[in-house]
Amino acid sequence: MFLTDADLQAIWLTIRLAGITTLILLVLGTPAAWWLARTRSRWKGPVGAVVALPLVLPPSVLGFYLLLAMGPNGLVGQLTQALGLGTLPFTFWGLVVASVFYSFPFMVQPLQNAFEAIGDRPLEVAATLRASPIDTFFTVVLPLARPGFLSAGILTFAHTVGEFGVVLMIGGNIPGVTRVASVQIYDHVEALEYLDAHRLAGVMLVFSFVVLLGLYTWQPQQKKEA
Amino acid sequence: MKRLIPCLLLSLFAAGVHADEVAVAVAANFTGPMQVIAPIFERETGHKLNLAFGATGKFYAQISNGAPFEILVAADDETPARLVKENQGIAGSAYTYAIGKLVLWSADSKLVDGKGEVLKKGGFKHLAIANPKTAPYGAAALQTMARLGVSDTLKPLFVQGENIAQTQQFVVSGAAELGFIAYSQVIKNGQIGSGSGWLVPASFHDPIRQDVVLLAKGKDKPGAVALMTFLKGDKAKTVIKSFGYDLP
Repeated sequence: MFLTDADLQAIWLTIRLAGITTLILLVLGTPAAWWLARTRSRWKGPVGAVVALPLVLPPSVLGFYLLLAMGPNGLVGQLTQALGLGTLPFTFWGLVVASVFYSFPFMVQPLQNAFEAIGDRPLEVAATLRASPIDTFFTVVLPLARPGFLSAGILTFAHTVGEFGVVLMIGGNIPGVTRVASVQIYDHVEALEYLDAHRLAGVMLVFSFVVLLGLYTWQPQQKKEA
Repeated sequence: MKRLIPCLLLSLFAAGVHADEVAVAVAANFTGPMQVIAPIFERETGHKLNLAFGATGKFYAQISNGAPFEILVAADDETPARLVKENQGIAGSAYTYAIGKLVLWSADSKLVDGKGEVLKKGGFKHLAIANPKTAPYGAAALQTMARLGVSDTLKPLFVQGENIAQTQQFVVSGAAELGFIAYSQVIKNGQIGSGSGWLVPASFHDPIRQDVVLLAKGKDKPGAVALMTFLKGDKAKTVIKSFGYDLP
């Protein structure tokens, strides 16, 4: 076999992590992006800046404070323990929570751009036709913003696949639980298993290229339809 | 302001280059002693040390690919030997500067007893170890647990640090209740400084022989050669011993 079982396990884990993170962020990011796109509040600037923070902050900073917050002495850790969930570091769901923070701007910003591009006009027309705001959102905004959702989803997924520093900080490198592909490659390199590292890295490279190729070739066609 | 910006931009490229600077890669477990030894060395010889701390395996990869390190203070004896074999380390320069001691440690002052019985009793969810594939202290931890016959029961509880420093950080933060780390990381005034710990008897695992090696890039550098001598000297030995290492 081209890849070892451990490598395949790491790849599957990575896909699961990125997939779940993307789904959660679709749910959380859509209202956030909608608010940012439509609001005239003076909080728009500060909130937008907070949303963009993970773009700038080193993953080590994010990982370190997530570890402290989710550990048994942290606020989040005490909450999850009180709920009987245990603590999140070194668990798959801990990685999901971290990835949701880490990839948040990659979901929100393309969506926000897509919502802003729609402008007021279609919404006003829908309102004159007596569509309720919720009705408008699902029947007018969502179809118009489809390319935005596509690129936001792909970017979020791809960015989570590429995550490394945060996972290293809070993952604990457990096979099948937190040892994602990027960490597995790092392990191979450190153990001087360069051939294994090359193989897995090659798979990641092809995967990333295909994802981005899809993103950049699909995008214009979608826009024409819209 | 208009003048300030070009100055700032220029300063980005003007990284300090100085003839007497020695670039040293240091295994994470030796961070504490090296930080004590460095100023003594700098004061006595006038050379300056640029220290990088991390996992020995990572340093190997970096050195093999042209990293500008002049000395590797390793956590094992295999990596220096391999570097010498591949002509990246100077033949005959490697020697053992310290023999590491393993400790089972917890930030909780009551968790770990003086005999390591807690490993059999359980009552914890995570046991941190350094990656045994790459870190000698991780490998020694596995040998210790095998000897105690607890490997199979404890294996599901393992969380792995990338190096021994990250392993300690997992335990310090409380995210893992206890872990196998280097005695040098928790020693204070000749004993375990805080929390609770069990100093693993040396007979429970292969000796953790830590070697230092002069690298090809440091061959004719007076500063690098001076440090190779200094680490064997009495002043360095006193510091190394005070951090709980055995001397060869």
